[in-house]
Amino acid sequence: MQRIGVFVCHCGTNIAATVDVKAVAEALGHEPGVVISQDYQYMCSESGQNLVKNSIKEHNLTGVVVCSCSPRMHENTFRKAAAAAGLNSYMVEIANIREQCSWIHKDIATATEKAIILGKAAVAKVHLNAPLTAGESPVVKRALVIGGGIAGIQTALDIAEAGFDVDIVEKNPTIGGKMAQIDKTFPTLDCAACILTPKMVEASQNEKIHIHSFSEVADVKGFVGNFTVKIKKKARFVDETKCTGCGLCTEKCPMKKVPNEFNMGLDNRTAIYIPFAQAVPKVATIDPNYCMMLKNGKCGVCSKVCSVGAIDYKQEDRIIEEKYGAIIVATGFNPIKLDKYDEFAYNQCADVVTSLELERLMNAAGPNGGTLLRPSDKTHPHTIVFVQCVGSRCDDSKGKPYCSKICCMYTAKHAMLIREKYPDTEVYVFYIDVRTPGKNFDEFYRRAVEQYNVHYIKGMVGKVTPKSDGKIDVQASDLLANEQLHINADMVVLAAAIEPDKTARPLATMLTTQMDTNDFFTEAHPKLRPVESATAGIFLSGACQGPKDIPETVAQASAAAAKAIGLLCKNSITCNPCVAHSNELMCNGCSSCEKVCPYGAITYVDKEFRMPDRTTAIRRVASVNPAVCQGCGACTVACPSGAMDLNGFSNSQIMAEVDAICK
Amino acid sequence: MNKNLQEQIIRSSGVNVLKCMRCGKCSGTCPSYGEMEYHPHQFVYMVERGEIEPLLKSESLYKCLTCFACVERCPRNVEPAKVVEAVRLAAVRQQGNNHLTPAQIPDMLDDDLPQQAIVTAFRKYTK
Repeated sequence: MQRIGVFVCHCGTNIAATVDVKAVAEALGHEPGVVISQDYQYMCSESGQNLVKNSIKEHNLTGVVVCSCSPRMHENTFRKAAAAAGLNSYMVEIANIREQCSWIHKDIATATEKAIILGKAAVAKVHLNAPLTAGESPVVKRALVIGGGIAGIQTALDIAEAGFDVDIVEKNPTIGGKMAQIDKTFPTLDCAACILTPKMVEASQNEKIHIHSFSEVADVKGFVGNFTVKIKKKARFVDETKCTGCGLCTEKCPMKKVPNEFNMGLDNRTAIYIPFAQAVPKVATIDPNYCMMLKNGKCGVCSKVCSVGAIDYKQEDRIIEEKYGAIIVATGFNPIKLDKYDEFAYNQCADVVTSLELERLMNAAGPNGGTLLRPSDKTHPHTIVFVQCVGSRCDDSKGKPYCSKICCMYTAKHAMLIREKYPDTEVYVFYIDVRTPGKNFDEFYRRAVEQYNVHYIKGMVGKVTPKSDGKIDVQASDLLANEQLHINADMVVLAAAIEPDKTARPLATMLTTQMDTNDFFTEAHPKLRPVESATAGIFLSGACQGPKDIPETVAQASAAAAKAIGLLCKNSITCNPCVAHSNELMCNGCSSCEKVCPYGAITYVDKEFRMPDRTTAIRRVASVNPAVCQGCGACTVACPSGAMDLNGFSNSQIMAEVDAICK
Repeated sequence: MNKNLQEQIIRSSGVNVLKCMRCGKCSGTCPSYGEMEYHPHQFVYMVERGEIEPLLKSESLYKCLTCFACVERCPRNVEPAKVVEAVRLAAVRQQGNNHLTPAQIPDMLDDDLPQQAIVTAFRKYTK
């Protein structure tokens, strides 16, 4: 028989206002095995913990039940307190009478009754608890960064700086991400490339950083400290080690009509290409959808002109495998597709562009060499209308429910840059709210209005109609003037909502991390653990976690790096002892558990058994690797013979809790 | 503020006016905007404030074409045209209020107007 102590917390008035804590302590005191039952104002305080410690010693307790807040808050506190008093940490159970009771009920009588029931369930469980000892597992001192945008680059640089090897996996032929496509950055208006490319070069020159460009993560196995990752290096049909990036092949390639994705399809590139001048690695890539040699075996010009013989038409996708201690996700964002917003005529009119397209139109390396011209007839636009919140802040059926956060600022930037460079151009911005929280952000927006005379109009554009004379009729409401406007515009720029990259969801499945309904990765705690995922060893960097501007992205990237470094510094980490184990005598070798295990922790072994008739038989039985098992419990549910059980959450413990609740 | 009328409009339209984020896209897209005393976004806002009587008296009710452009394009799915329709119905259903008398007809006639339209108008605007 266990000797159990029950400790009921008031949590100030958080619990005590709705639950009669004295009655709970009194009722639980009569449960079998309970030798002491007390209440206290703040059990998590030092004096509260001392109460637990002293009681353990004084009453020789073998089990402790704390009726308090969620175990996510203070389970660790009380486990450590118990350990300090010489009791095994895993003999402590928490009955959550705050989140699951006092906070969600109003009536004191029913809340008290429920608190007692939850307490009884915990007592029933402690009766079956057994001391557990946590093992240790080694940490591989290497990190993987998925995504090579500014977030991934910054994270990799910081981790490398701390002395650890880092691999960057980037799906495109070059690192740089969205920031490489941006012309100027707010609120300082400095050139994006001027601040990004030094970091790209630094990443390529750092001997601790290994860039796998044009590659994808194909498979992830393992757990914190010991991930095994398969990386697919897609065939680029060019030997990376030989190519010098001279660019002769891209000049001579006869297939010149390939939409250039770096310039948002506003101009063309060749079938063999280097995305942009500062690309890292500066290596050519052949686009197999357009290359005539790969499609029908006729051409081979690039191979003939290449002086180092880097072209290899027979190259195939390659899978490499590597072990990592930590993984940082930095998969970034994309602007949404605007196909379903017919009213803005994006698909009908070349002069209706997205903001990212405008970045390219204004960039020196863009389709017009930095002169802002209308895509349709290459003339100077004299009236430009910006539309905010296209697809952001929508009902779920109409678009994204969230604010994309960056649009107000980049629109102010665009408006200002255009007025600065082309003062004869009238610029209108239709806004619902101007959201500029951030250092020097509102001042920036005010400059656009007061200094650059950009016309900010409170209201939304309802209809965009391309006209036969090449102009565009923009019909909108001006809510403050209470009138409907028609603006005869030359160009319309849409601030499209941003969404997580499409590769994020399959990646989340591979990493067994959580996402929200918008496919943004979910952080472990929205306030206190903003750069960690709920899965140990997986960290979040940049816009894959939520819309972010560059300063915020870089801050989060460094924070994620710091967390990863904290993990990589350790030689070993303490494992969770609440892992599955199989009762070999009951196991029938059906493989059900092996199939459901998300961590690959279960293998099957042939084992010799002494049978009742004194013969030996060889049977196939499940075996759990405790270092890999994360204690999710999927196998215990799947096991048809009841052989699989989970330490600390055994079937008998759970049933005892259910019995106590139903009694 | 007329709570009863407000509730009636909200119930019969099925519209949650609190979803409106006041972007004004409904009024930006409305083809009848110039004809209307109260514009689509004002309909939604005035129902939210319970100011139904001015709407009931307004000619705007009969200027809405029910083209549903505002319903189609509202980012928040508020469906302003349904609010207009609900107020229109409330006006039509008011006891003893005729919005059209036979004496007004001769002035309104033109050669292109089908007879059926007159019958429909009578059904809609008289009690």
